[in-house]
Amino acid sequence: MSVPAEKKEKVSVPFDYNKYLRPNKLPHIWCPGCGHGIVLKAMLRAIDKTGFDKNDICVISGIGCSSRTPGYVDFNTMHTLHGRALSFATGVKFANPKLKVIVVTGDGDALAIGGNHFIHTCRRNIDLTVLVFTNATYGMTGGQYSPTTPMGSQATTSRYGSIEPPFDACEMAKASGASFVARGTAYHTLELEKTIHEAIMHKGTSVVDIIDACPTYFGRANKFKSATHMMEVIEKDNTVNVKQADKLPPEKLEGKFLRGVLHKIEKPEYCEQYESIVMEKAKAK
Amino acid sequence: MADRKKKFLQGNEACVEGALYAGCKFFAGYPITPSTEVAEGLSVRLPKIGGKFIQMEDEIGGIAAAIGGSLAGLKSMTATSGPGFSLKQECLGYACLAEIPLVIVNVMRGGPSTGYPTGPSQSDIMQAKWGTHGDHPAISVTPAYVQEILTETVRAFNLAERFRTPVVVLYDEIVGHMREPITIPAPGDLEIIDRMRPDCKPEDYLPYDDKYEVAPLAPFGAGYRFHVTGLNHKQDGFPTNDSKQIGANNERIMAKIENHKEEIWKNDELMLDDAEVAVFTIGSTARSARFAVLEARKAGIKAGLIRPLTIWPFPDKAVRELAKRVKAIIVPELNLGQMILEVERVSGATCEVVGVNRVDGEPITPMQILDAIKKYK
Ligand SMILES: Cc1ncc(C[n+]2csc(CCOP(=O)(O)OP(=O)(O)O)c2C)c(N)n1
Ligand code: SF4
Repeated sequence: MSVPAEKKEKVSVPFDYNKYLRPNKLPHIWCPGCGHGIVLKAMLRAIDKTGFDKNDICVISGIGCSSRTPGYVDFNTMHTLHGRALSFATGVKFANPKLKVIVVTGDGDALAIGGNHFIHTCRRNIDLTVLVFTNATYGMTGGQYSPTTPMGSQATTSRYGSIEPPFDACEMAKASGASFVARGTAYHTLELEKTIHEAIMHKGTSVVDIIDACPTYFGRANKFKSATHMMEVIEKDNTVNVKQADKLPPEKLEGKFLRGVLHKIEKPEYCEQYESIVMEKAKAK
Repeated sequence: MADRKKKFLQGNEACVEGALYAGCKFFAGYPITPSTEVAEGLSVRLPKIGGKFIQMEDEIGGIAAAIGGSLAGLKSMTATSGPGFSLKQECLGYACLAEIPLVIVNVMRGGPSTGYPTGPSQSDIMQAKWGTHGDHPAISVTPAYVQEILTETVRAFNLAERFRTPVVVLYDEIVGHMREPITIPAPGDLEIIDRMRPDCKPEDYLPYDDKYEVAPLAPFGAGYRFHVTGLNHKQDGFPTNDSKQIGANNERIMAKIENHKEEIWKNDELMLDDAEVAVFTIGSTARSARFAVLEARKAGIKAGLIRPLTIWPFPDKAVRELAKRVKAIIVPELNLGQMILEVERVSGATCEVVGVNRVDGEPITPMQILDAIKKYK
């Protein structure tokens, strides 16, 4: 059957995930319903949109379920130590600033054991994109509470309800000096893809806090009916896009997380500062 | 004639010269006494030659960034002391298993804990071998003179690159802060080894190819897209649960060092040929020992000195042979007995093994060693 010329152009080509995956490393380790796979999908589509050569992209992670991502993607990949991904990534980027470095990390990885590296990476504003998979639990070790676990929540180490106030990764990133800070969720996949793309294209430290779900541990412990139920409650109903937030009365925003680009400024980037100031002055002296 | 500058330098400054001579282009670390001058020196020198210097937020960040720098293709180094060396241990193990070349300088100070920051010590000898968890290869070099800090730092880089493994440069505060006249070698005076790079097609590249003892390492970004992990992995770098492959890889990373011990060992000997009593020691303590041995000879005692410049892998062959022909081996060390355990292990019951120890923040004096030697008159 022949298709008219103008129609032919509109036929969308299915996205070729295999271009970026390592198919022989699949199946992945993630549980059915885990949000991490959805985030991976958004990440790959965002990378594709950048048009960068695969050889120039590094994906570096710490330890955790989320941090297993690099093993499945066909770039220069590194699975490092719990909490230390940002330091390894800083080394790679600083040694070869031509590389595009994306860090994939869990909320425990980035904000608990790696909290100090997180703060100082943002402060330097080195050109890394940091994707924090925030599932409010330690998935890999079996569902203990994490620095983003909401107060009162059940975890295998908070059987009486968590008494620790959670971190807001975006507030922390902004306060620490990151020049791009955004939030997405696994529920809002297209929006997430756009946000990650914008983060990668940004020069400087770009942090995207991505709310996703761990149905296996957080979900079961907190009596969610299913993975989709979790997505609806935690990701859809509990978040508001920052563009709509202005139109809503304050009571509608209470306790909700804002999505979208929350902070974006131009600021000197670390590797460029080193080259233009440190190297220049050192050579002149 | 080649240009060989004479300089009057501190040990830590000589370490900077050695690193630059070896081709170091990346340093990441965190300040700590008594190693800080290494970082300070490189912060001035590296940017002049297009190299990278970064002060990280802690020692863990320092070594992790240095591993990243190495994987991106630059010869990389970090430097620290006591507490900082403890913090680096997890990453050191990562570099062993992921087989990333790296030099770690540890200028030993008094411990445990914060201990005696400005006091000398040799109490990290065992930490340099056993500090990180799991079985792993270990190479440590132990210079005793300022000139030697330069040449041993070069050798450390060479060993790291040759064997794709972290190498520890281990010296005590005394040698680190002592000033001595040294000669900066001219280009070509010392051998420089660079890691092997792959020349195969990217699709054929195996970062842990076991057809090599030490497989070529591609830098990130050169077209070889591969995976690096601290999990036990296969030849292609991806994690595995296969016990056969886990065992084989763990044994291979040990064997690549074990099979080349002869190449890695380096001992300095003084009047050992006819010695009846030998002193075995390193670093500043070896300087006292040298004096003691010469004094003992004057008193008619057949004493000698063996001074390993490679403490790990332990120079077991040399010590075993020595033990067969001397009455005693004296092991002075600025700790409560670390190297002596190895000397005892290797010499068995073939000779007496005697420790001379000190942990009060003062150096072991020649007289202390001489007193121990005199018992074998
Ligand atoms: C030094 C160290 N401490 C603890 C662990 C155990 N550990 C592995 S993953 C993990 C938590 C992972 O949680 P998160 O980063 O939130 O990722 P998730 O698994 O939820 O995706 C912990 C505590 C470790 N591997 N290393
Ligand atoms: S344990 Fe939780 S975070 Fe880990 S794979 Fe399963 S669902 Fe995902």
